[in-house]
Amino acid sequence: MELTTVWFSLIAVLWIGYFCLEGFDFGVGMLLPVLSRSETERRVVINTIGPVWDGNEVWVLVAGGATFAAFPEWYATLFSGFYLPLLLILVALIVRGLAFEYRAKRDDDTWRARWDKAIVIGSLVPAVLWGVAFANIVRGVPIDADKEYVGTTLTLLNPYALLGGVTTLLLFLTHGALFLALKTDGEIRHRARSLGLLLGLAAAVAAVVFLTWTQAITGDLTSSALFVAAALALLGGLFAAWRAREGWAFLGTFAAIALAVAGLFVALFPDVMPTTLEGGLSLTTTNAAATSYTLTIMTWVAVLFTPIVLMYQGWTYWVFRKRIAVHHIPTPQLAAEPTR
Amino acid sequence: MDVVDIARWQFGIITVYHFLFVPITIGMSAIIAGFETMWVRTNNPAYLRLTKFFGKLFLINFAIGVVTGIVQEFQFGMNWSDYSRFVGDIFGAPLAIEGLLAFFLESTFLGLWIFGWDKLPRGLHAACIWLVHLGTLLSSYFILAANSWMQNPVGYEFNPDTGRAELTDFWAVMFNKVQMVSFPHTVTACYLTGGAFVAGVAFWLMVRRSTPDADRPMYRTAVRIGAVVALVGGLGVAVTGDFQGKVMTDVQPMKMAAAEALYETEQPAAFSIFTIGSLDGSEEVFSIKVPRLLSFLAENDFDSKVVGIDELREEYRATYGQDPGAKYYSPGDYTPVIPVTYWTFRLMIGLGVVAAAGAAALLWVSRRGRLPRGKAWVWLAIAMPLLPVAANSFGWIFTEMGRQPWVVFGLMTTSSAVSPGVSVGEALTSVITLTLLYAVLAVIEVGLMLKYVRQGAEPFVEPPNPKLGEHSDEPLTFAY
Ligand code: HDD
Ligand code: HEM
Ligand code: HEM
Repeated sequence: MELTTVWFSLIAVLWIGYFCLEGFDFGVGMLLPVLSRSETERRVVINTIGPVWDGNEVWVLVAGGATFAAFPEWYATLFSGFYLPLLLILVALIVRGLAFEYRAKRDDDTWRARWDKAIVIGSLVPAVLWGVAFANIVRGVPIDADKEYVGTTLTLLNPYALLGGVTTLLLFLTHGALFLALKTDGEIRHRARSLGLLLGLAAAVAAVVFLTWTQAITGDLTSSALFVAAALALLGGLFAAWRAREGWAFLGTFAAIALAVAGLFVALFPDVMPTTLEGGLSLTTTNAAATSYTLTIMTWVAVLFTPIVLMYQGWTYWVFRKRIAVHHIPTPQLAAEPTR
Repeated sequence: MDVVDIARWQFGIITVYHFLFVPITIGMSAIIAGFETMWVRTNNPAYLRLTKFFGKLFLINFAIGVVTGIVQEFQFGMNWSDYSRFVGDIFGAPLAIEGLLAFFLESTFLGLWIFGWDKLPRGLHAACIWLVHLGTLLSSYFILAANSWMQNPVGYEFNPDTGRAELTDFWAVMFNKVQMVSFPHTVTACYLTGGAFVAGVAFWLMVRRSTPDADRPMYRTAVRIGAVVALVGGLGVAVTGDFQGKVMTDVQPMKMAAAEALYETEQPAAFSIFTIGSLDGSEEVFSIKVPRLLSFLAENDFDSKVVGIDELREEYRATYGQDPGAKYYSPGDYTPVIPVTYWTFRLMIGLGVVAAAGAAALLWVSRRGRLPRGKAWVWLAIAMPLLPVAANSFGWIFTEMGRQPWVVFGLMTTSSAVSPGVSVGEALTSVITLTLLYAVLAVIEVGLMLKYVRQGAEPFVEPPNPKLGEHSDEPLTFAY
């Protein structure tokens, strides 16, 4: 296989990892006010992702860095072109990350309520916008012969892309609900499972329409197979949720997201960012790539270190595998204000 | 204002802000790892209480370091797309490797450390924070390698077909001679910062009246450990800084001449400590100079010649042609903004030296059970965490502005690096949004820091020491 194809695949893997992992913690964040009815329950919800959300987020940082290294032109065109949506995503990720860390740092209801809002909005915005961005990448955007994006922000808000946003939103909500069903105990667990089922049905409808549309625009045989597999995985997951098999249910949405994203990348290949402009230039795995020397070095690094990363990240999930219930939440350990 | 100016302001603000928190993270993670290791080895409760107390401050700081780092990762593509196209083949690799090797390590093991008190055996728990520290060092190494390449491009070839710089020797980039001095210099600066932070905070708590007497010895231990780390860091910074000056004189003589506002070539050259007057070199009202010191700093020889700005400008013109930076600098001028380089260089060194001296002073007055109560000591303790943080920022402002008008020295000017497709409106939206957001975050973070510093260390509670993989049904030891 060409090195450029290897790197295209590796970047696909990084995005798959990102969406499968941070997908559920976006979902958990958005469902915070929906699934929890008290402060303790909110803390149950947040603590299911407490130890892992930051590690999940690193997937997107590495995806960004790897795109920079392997396909500098793609990195440059994409991020300077999708400027304002990306800025929104960054702001959302900033307030969301701080919210997890700072929410419990003051014993004050207003303080906590504000950070709760930050968690919800900070999870919602990227959940939608990553879908919009990916749909636009697959569909193509106006790129001129100098590889510059020449559209506006409005260009990005076309019906197909918006549907992409709705699809990732619903998928992540479902994924998050089923993760909560797997990781909590007591009432939240049941609430999460029923809500996950409902959301899952909506997600299935959106995903089928979106993926069919994608298939019509740019798909090939492999992508169609992946899309069908994604749909089946989602339905299988929902069936498992209905039978109260939470582990399988979560695995189902995990696989559905992975297969759908894989299908999108297959549909995209060999372009990395097609143009919609007459006389424009599509960025491809070859004309956007770094030199083969750089790609060789990067391949060595990836081959040596990715397995190690996967091992210790997997191990973390094993360490924190236990369900969390209301009685596991310690009473606020905030010491009283200093006596003076 | 055009996009270049806005993008520069944004880069400066966003990166300096990121680097306010980073050195504290790097330095403190090592000290906390030390505390926890002492607890595991000695079972002395004081060390556990210090671990947890400074751990809390560390996490408040770390959170901002992380979230501001996310912007850094994407900023090159957003505002500097032509730069990204031009150098991506070389510059992208260290960035990607940093993510894969360092960020995963830091974030995963920090999660384990924060939430793992009742899940991991003690030794393993302590190992987690050591791994976090290792992650911070790896992170610094790769990002500084990227930056060093911009200071002194090596291991590349310009390819006229693709119009970009292409990597020819990865190891040359990893072991760039600028990197070999920048990395130790920055890391020792981080130890100075972390040590000063711990020493300052602990000293304040030690002398504070409302601190229980029984706790004072514990804080004293922290003062002394922090101060020693700061002193070692301070010494390291001075030694490595000296090397760095020599390397810079070699690769970017203009930067070092600008650091001195040395217009005319001198032999031997004096180091000016302080100047009142105009820095465009026309008049000098008052200055304090140390004869021959600059010669030594630049070349290790008290008699050597140091080339001045005027002569260098002619040399640069001959080498690089007329005015690449004409849009932003006076025509044909390869000179950075001299007052900025002159003063930031002095402030970096000055504040750092004051911090190291402060650490020595705290070490001295806290010896053998002494409890100094003078106001001056309290003020010193409060200043301690801030001095090296400021010195770091000045160091970076010096380094980066001293390289101007180049973004990649000798290869690409800053004005040609910016994204051509980004409008003034977009760039302004971005810089204003981020600056306002960061300002709010700063207020929140300082508020939290002060609150938790005032609270002091919590009473000792024997933590569980579970076997690996064991679970209890007890409430979690730590939860958000
Ligand atoms: C606590 C912080 C601190 C302190 C006390 C010092 N420095 Fe520093 N300095 C830095 C923090 C720093 C820094 C922020 O970490 C920089 C910016 C880039 C770098 O590599 O380190 C830096 C850059 C920097 C450079 C520019 C190199 C370049 O352009 O790449 C020189 C020549 C020195 N330093 C020299 C010194 C000397 C001679 C010092 C005297 C004792 C000194 N520094 C103290
Ligand atoms: C890999 C690391 C870094 C890269 C690639 C980098 C690159 C750049 C670029 C592209 C600019 C804009 C051009 C300019 O206006 O000068 C810049 C400016 C600047 N950077 Fe860096 N930088 C790095 C690290 C840092 C760090 C860690 C700091 C400080 C904490 C810093 C401080 C600054 C400052 C203050 C400016 C503004 C200088 C000016 O506007 O003249 N940089 N740097
Ligand atoms: C402009 C260049 C820089 C970029 C692109 C960058 C990128 C990042 C990113 C994405 C993170 C968040 C990682 C996470 O989520 O865990 C981060 C944090 C960090 N960065 Fe930077 N960074 C830059 C400058 C620097 C420099 C110069 C240093 C050190 C010398 C540094 C050291 C660190 C460390 C130690 C952390 C983790 C601890 C913390 O967040 O406080 N960074 N950086």
